[in-house]
Amino acid sequence: MRIKLTVNGLIYERDCIEHKTLLRFLREDLGLMGTKEGCGMGECGACTVIMNGRAVNSCMVLAVEADGASIRTIEGEAEGPSLSDIQRAFERNHAVQCGFCTAGMVMSVKELLAEHPKPSADQVKEAIEGNFCRCTGYTQIVEAVLDLTGSPEKKGELEHV
Amino acid sequence: MFDDMSPDDLEYVGKKAGRPDMLEKLTGEATFVSDMSLPGMLHVQLKKSPYARARIKGVDVSKAAAMPGVRAVVTGDELDYHIGLYIVDKYILAKGEVRHYGEAVAAVAAETIEQARAAVEAIEVDYEPLAPVLHHMDALKPDAPLVHPDLGTYSYIEAVFTPKPGTNIANHTKLRKGDVEKGFAESTYVVEREYSCPSVQHVPMETHVAIVQWGRGDKVSIWTSAQSPFTVRNLFCHAFGLPHINVRVQIPYVGGGFGGKAGIGVEPLCAVLSRKAGGKPVKFQASREEEFSLLPCRSALTYRIKTGVSAEGKILAQHMTMYWDSGAYADYAVNVTRASGYSASGPYEIPNAWIDAYTIYTNKPYGTAYRGFGHVEFHWAVERHMELVATAIGMDPLAFRLKNALRPGSVTLTGEKIVEHTGDVVKCIEEAARRVGYGQLTEAEKAREKQTGWKIGKGVAALQKAPAMPSYTATAVVLKMNEDGSVLVNLALTDYGQGTYASIRQIVAERLGFPIEKIKVAFENDTDRDPYDWQTVASKGLLLSGNAAILAAEDLLKNAYAVAAEVLHANPRDLAHDGTRVFVRHRADQGVSFASMAVGFALPNGSGVGGPLIGVGRYIAQGLSNLNKETGEGNPALDWTFGAHGMVVEVNEETGEYRVLKIASIYDVGRAINPDIVRGQAIGGMMQGLGTAICEGYIYDQQGRLLNPSFTDNKIPTAKDLPLEVECAVVETPQVDGPYGARGVGEHSMISVAAALGNAIQKATGAEITHMPMRFEDVWRAIRDKEPIDNWITKSPIGSCRSVPEARPRS
Ligand code: FES
Ligand code: FES
Repeated sequence: MRIKLTVNGLIYERDCIEHKTLLRFLREDLGLMGTKEGCGMGECGACTVIMNGRAVNSCMVLAVEADGASIRTIEGEAEGPSLSDIQRAFERNHAVQCGFCTAGMVMSVKELLAEHPKPSADQVKEAIEGNFCRCTGYTQIVEAVLDLTGSPEKKGELEHV
Repeated sequence: MFDDMSPDDLEYVGKKAGRPDMLEKLTGEATFVSDMSLPGMLHVQLKKSPYARARIKGVDVSKAAAMPGVRAVVTGDELDYHIGLYIVDKYILAKGEVRHYGEAVAAVAAETIEQARAAVEAIEVDYEPLAPVLHHMDALKPDAPLVHPDLGTYSYIEAVFTPKPGTNIANHTKLRKGDVEKGFAESTYVVEREYSCPSVQHVPMETHVAIVQWGRGDKVSIWTSAQSPFTVRNLFCHAFGLPHINVRVQIPYVGGGFGGKAGIGVEPLCAVLSRKAGGKPVKFQASREEEFSLLPCRSALTYRIKTGVSAEGKILAQHMTMYWDSGAYADYAVNVTRASGYSASGPYEIPNAWIDAYTIYTNKPYGTAYRGFGHVEFHWAVERHMELVATAIGMDPLAFRLKNALRPGSVTLTGEKIVEHTGDVVKCIEEAARRVGYGQLTEAEKAREKQTGWKIGKGVAALQKAPAMPSYTATAVVLKMNEDGSVLVNLALTDYGQGTYASIRQIVAERLGFPIEKIKVAFENDTDRDPYDWQTVASKGLLLSGNAAILAAEDLLKNAYAVAAEVLHANPRDLAHDGTRVFVRHRADQGVSFASMAVGFALPNGSGVGGPLIGVGRYIAQGLSNLNKETGEGNPALDWTFGAHGMVVEVNEETGEYRVLKIASIYDVGRAINPDIVRGQAIGGMMQGLGTAICEGYIYDQQGRLLNPSFTDNKIPTAKDLPLEVECAVVETPQVDGPYGARGVGEHSMISVAAALGNAIQKATGAEITHMPMRFEDVWRAIRDKEPIDNWITKSPIGSCRSVPEARPRS
């Protein structure tokens, strides 16, 4: 089937087999490798992209379902040569370790902030609940978001005894 | 090295500094092996065993081989390579017999993954199912089937390991200190309990993946998501009998490892397929299910501890028996057994000790290294035991810990003497206790109890770990100066998220006295380009490679000074430098820039001086020795990192539900080179530890089929599982031979989290839990039974359960 969709503001038109997931379409057909696969079963959130304004697990969406849709992926996040505010906050707060969950995390945070520009810590945790991160223990990710939104909640530091 | 420098004199070490890999990872530009493809690359799918143990009577691949797009099919029968880290006991594909559910029997490489999948469907395997041996305690019974009848013929590292041919025991580690019988005879109390924990998965977010191309002239190129490029190369060359110069291993960005990618994994399989397919590159990426059942996990443990205590609460004797379930292959599990054997008591002084630690083969997915290398599992036992012993003898558990904790002058199990600069576990324990207000509830907590009806309890647990590695473990770091005077750092210690490269960068900038922006640590490792490093494991990376980085920086400066001395007609002793130039100390205007010397200095007349500036640093572990196989005596520990957690938990006694209100984790890290990275490791490991404490674990049915190889049934913690409050702090007793006094802490954060939780739950409810994970239903049952209970999941079906007394081997 022929599909046409917008990804990060660019229009793509491709032939696509019906059973191909949006995740594989992005990676294999469009060469956008930033979005990762952690399970392929809709459980881990590594493949999160934004489709028509909503964060979705792209491994659970068929590419043909995205016909006509507008998609945002991690490749479209930086603003020109410089990182976006979310990316800079992640950087400042050491919210990345191996980086495999990062693309999905950033997408979930992006959706959250579009809806709640000033989320509480609980709202942040809620928003990224579907994104597994095995490395960071989440704290520095939550802090990155709160730091970005100027939340008064105190950020933790390594203390010296 | 430089362990005594004051923080005031340090520019980068101990200060905030960013990570060098952020930009790539945050923009999606970082390339993982998962993201790579090569021209003509083939894709692999595997035929896997539905049985835990079966004889393979025949494999018919004729249909599969003829299917469209199929370029190579291999079966175990046609391969004769044994692979193994310490005991060489594994084939690339099962041969003759399958030894665990999910083991690969045949493999297909095809042009597309769909074609490979279809071909695998068409492979027919004729099995004769055999009765599996599933529980490691059953495997010790005299009539138990042997998982490896040929154990006696396998090669292994004889100086370190002791397999028992004719049994399922892959290794027996012994330790004997003092006179335990006398110690027990002098004891007022003797308490004996048994503890256990199941196998768990590392769950790196990027599953195991490799691309291998077996080129002409047997030149092999490997791209792999692995922790240790040189170990992959070495074991690969041994397995295939290839010279090391034929094989090149490259490791780009890696999506997590946690020990699961420490050794060799799926590379040999891709290699034989590539060779058979005429040298086309072949890629295999494990599915999440395969990550659980085909690739290794963490061993289950049953740990029996008998402790003799004086009337004053001093431990006089301890008898410890560990039964490690290695699964179908020994891999790292034998070394986990060894390392756990010599550390078995935790950070406490045991004057008279008797330890037997067994690695036991069973028909289950095999065990390997996992963050903590056995210490998470046995500290669960030791730190629950300290709590239960204290309770049994009527002493406060914190006071009991402090009374027995290692202090300067104490002697460890292997005979090593603790000194002032070894580290301070007492301070860690006291600080953890202080931070959770151990021993009583605050007014606010009392009010909360009233309001919720849930009981609040506070627990403390301590921990220790030394790197588990060969006594002569070595590494090297090479610094290369670029034309503009900036510096490239090459090392084969990998950074798969831990942040070691950020710290190495700080160390190099510090020692060179260069602005940190001028230092680049090269990600993407390559055995053809990087200097040797043994493995990225054991929390030894920062210590060994940090020292090598200091020495490399000094070498680079020495070489630069030699050129500058010639150019400036000065004695090298009279030279000094800043971030851009070398100059004469007493005539600072006379100098020469690093940039002008970086690739060779040109005199005004055009003739050259020096050459490209390079610094080399080599470092090898000092003063360690093999352990005596009979007594366990020797010096295994490069450094001990001590720590402790304090935990506050609230429990609903009606339902068994609980919530972690606070955890405070304290480690004696020697010196925190990068505080934010230490904190990242501390919290990341703590959450991993909490995951195994609250919910993770393998569950099998009676036939040995893994029932939960997915995130649906094997949960890992999410952001919502975070304790309400998380605190991390460091004690800094400098490690004399650590870089700027630092010692490792990457694994330690995972250790003893479960025990702290168990202790806090016990304080709240009196429940004596001895098996983890502690799911709500386990807590509920423990509260009702008021005695340690078996884990309900493990009664039936089979998982990890308590030992059967008659199966215990005699010591
Ligand atoms: S890869 Fe899509 S949710 Fe895991
Ligand atoms: S940073 Fe590794 S999984 Fe999140």
